[in-house]
Amino acid sequence: MRKVFEKIYLGIILIFMYAPIVTLIILSFNSSKSRAKWGGFTLKWYTRLFSDQAVASALVNTLSIAVLATIFSTIIGTITCIAMIGLNSKLRSVIMGITNIPMINADIVTGISLMLLFRFLHIGSGFTTILLAHITFNIPFVMLSVMPRVKSLNFYVYEAALDLGATPLYAFRKTMLPDIMPGVVSGALMAFTMSLDDFIITYFTKGSGFETLSTLIYNEVKRGIQPEIYALSAIIFVVVLSLLMIIYRSPNNKTKEK
Amino acid sequence: MGKSLITLEHISKSYDGQLILDDLNLDIHENSFVTLLGPSGCGKTTTLRIIGGFEKPDQGRVVFDGQDITSLAPNKRQLNTVFQKYALFTHMSIEENIAFGLKIKNKPDSYIKDKIRYALKLVNLEGFEKRMPDSLSGGQQQRIAIARAIVNEPKVLLLDEPLGALDLKMRQDMQYELKRLKEELGITFIYVTHDQEEALTMSDHIVVMNQGYIQQEGSPETIYNEPENAFVADFIGDSNIIRATMIRDELVDILGTKFACVDKGFGENKPVDVVIRPEDVELVAPSEGTISGVVTDLTFKGVHYEMDVEACGYEWLVHSTRLSEVGTKVGIKVDPFNIQIMNVPVSEDEEAISETI
Amino acid sequence: MKLFKNAKSAFLMASPYLVWAVIFIVVPLAMVIYYGVTDTSGAFTFDNIARISESGYFKALCRSIALAFISTVICFLLAYPLGMILASMKLTRNTYLVTLFILPMWMNFLLRTLTWMTLLEGKGVINTVLEFLHLPTINIINTSGAIVLGMVYNFLPFMILPIYNSLSRIDDNVINAARDLGADSVQTFLRITLPLSVPGIISGITMVFIPALTTFAISTMLGGSKILLIGNIIEQQFTQVYDWHLGSGLSIVLMIFILLNMIIESISDKEGGIF
Repeated sequence: MRKVFEKIYLGIILIFMYAPIVTLIILSFNSSKSRAKWGGFTLKWYTRLFSDQAVASALVNTLSIAVLATIFSTIIGTITCIAMIGLNSKLRSVIMGITNIPMINADIVTGISLMLLFRFLHIGSGFTTILLAHITFNIPFVMLSVMPRVKSLNFYVYEAALDLGATPLYAFRKTMLPDIMPGVVSGALMAFTMSLDDFIITYFTKGSGFETLSTLIYNEVKRGIQPEIYALSAIIFVVVLSLLMIIYRSPNNKTKEK
Repeated sequence: MGKSLITLEHISKSYDGQLILDDLNLDIHENSFVTLLGPSGCGKTTTLRIIGGFEKPDQGRVVFDGQDITSLAPNKRQLNTVFQKYALFTHMSIEENIAFGLKIKNKPDSYIKDKIRYALKLVNLEGFEKRMPDSLSGGQQQRIAIARAIVNEPKVLLLDEPLGALDLKMRQDMQYELKRLKEELGITFIYVTHDQEEALTMSDHIVVMNQGYIQQEGSPETIYNEPENAFVADFIGDSNIIRATMIRDELVDILGTKFACVDKGFGENKPVDVVIRPEDVELVAPSEGTISGVVTDLTFKGVHYEMDVEACGYEWLVHSTRLSEVGTKVGIKVDPFNIQIMNVPVSEDEEAISETI
Repeated sequence: MKLFKNAKSAFLMASPYLVWAVIFIVVPLAMVIYYGVTDTSGAFTFDNIARISESGYFKALCRSIALAFISTVICFLLAYPLGMILASMKLTRNTYLVTLFILPMWMNFLLRTLTWMTLLEGKGVINTVLEFLHLPTINIINTSGAIVLGMVYNFLPFMILPIYNSLSRIDDNVINAARDLGADSVQTFLRITLPLSVPGIISGITMVFIPALTTFAISTMLGGSKILLIGNIIEQQFTQVYDWHLGSGLSIVLMIFILLNMIIESISDKEGGIF
């Protein structure tokens, strides 16, 4: 009996979480513009979406920023994590402390603080500023994912490789990198998702006339929702959901859960 | 030994279609130190959990002091458990941990205070009241777990591999400690372990289990000297277990040579298993032995030498304080009293048991 | 530990990020504080911070705190039983299920909020269904209730994950030990399970309360333009009014709340529980 109640409870929460998303995806195939009527199945919102110039450029902006931010933040984050091994604990805690700031602070404050910086430095707003901002808030996520791997490294294996005549770089590549790699991969995926997904920080650092998908949606929504937005949302949901599935299925996370 | 305190009647239990316990029957006497001994997965922990009330058997009854307690909740049972890996409450001080059961029973504060002091003294950790469990070593945490259980004055203390996480030295110390505690408290201990040495050292009564069955129960001496089947012989200490033929009463054919023995009643020309402990194999001059062979391996073990002797196509394990170099020709002699004859498994279940060896 | 020849080479390797972090994390934060305590002429002043007491701003702050608080409580009440159920289902089988509950955490909250706009609208999906069933329609879009709903929907996974984590980390035998020592299931819950899950509860509260307190998009989308939260006020200072000093001053007020929250968190963490 208790089991039945538990299952019902889980079911209700799941419905609460996913029913709205499903509704929205269904609406994206609704040929009627009204949200109250089902006018038949259509793909016209999708075709209209793909022929929309503003959406196309926002998509390109979003993807290129996400890809570049992921690459830079993954490289910087991973190198820093490895460097942490050789640092004294004081410096290490300083770095971790600073890294924690963007994770703890409210996004709105991070956003406006970066906006003030970019205005002050007269860095042209748009692509560059958003990219810098995204790299900044992505690095902590990469480090969060790589750090446990670095901490659990077995240095004896590295020393054994040196002992067997390997050069330090070769030994690092063959012994440590494979151990860190799963953390790097899931960190990169995480960074990509965060970047793709960010709205608040992008909103404050974008300046005018430059849009990513998130800011485009926000502007559209304030004007009144068009069915194209449902189509766009549906696509983003599916893409982000698949990315997340990959992250959570990666072996790195499975071992973490154990 | 006192009267029967706990009786398990026809207990069966399976998980996900896998039979863990099959028609288990067991009597546990008052004031005894009973050890359930067996390899992992033999059902010993499940048996303990059924007694403690954390599992319900699929079939059978648990009788405690004449009362059926099969479906009684654990918090209503007059017994307490010392868990694997201690299971201390990490958010409470040592004092609060020990007081937990007494506070639940609404005992007066002064009584609780006395009890805590008494329990800590009993486990040699006086003055630890205010410490947190995390700040204690494994051995100390183990003692607190015991103290926490015994302040409730249970009639029976269940111990689930309590020494498993400790290092060797600590384990040996705790074995004596537990024995002393048992004497001082005068209650029944039911102890689960896979360590035969622990079982032999502490118990009054050992129950050897494998694959959900009780293989043999008895005093440590009986279990060690007169194992009833090959599994018990193999699990308790090192043994030479040899397939042989019982020619008639008190005469057995081992590897083609006749040995005198003391066992009777196995019939004539019947296949049997023979168990000879390594320390019972005497190495003598080749001419004086019942059979002869060659020493093939020698290891110094501290108190004795361990030797392998190849004789009649079998590698005999021999423990002796006198050394014979590798390559020496030796004779092998066994006192008739030290030849233990066992029935060869006949039923399917027993077959399964011997296959796991 | 001979990965680095000396501490210097490790420092050299960490320095790019260190420089980056100073420029893009420390300096911007310092700028917010600088703008917050100066006026347009650059003179030092506490006015920007003090203006939080003006009735419009103060009301927005109080409303933000109230709505964030209510949302946090609702999230907790929904998430705790859920966490217990998930934790009791035991490893292997449930990892997939747990993932399902926390996945929305990483999905764009703008879109998640958008779905509720669609559902709650006057002629939205919910009312259409209600009308079809001849039930009275609801009109909660552009109310505080809609904002709370949006917050709960958006931030619930942030409460579920830490609570589930802390509950699933409790050793079964600790629960068994409490039962063994005579505690019934209620006593076991109150004295063992709940206190041991406090770290998870606290981090869940933080992860819901802070974003709920500082949001502006949820209130814009579900509250119309009528209900302003402190996040909206700050946003307007930067995107419409262009009073960076006031915006920064109000941000400092927000940061004080975040800081307070962190202090409470670290204290209760050290003491191993507040119950």
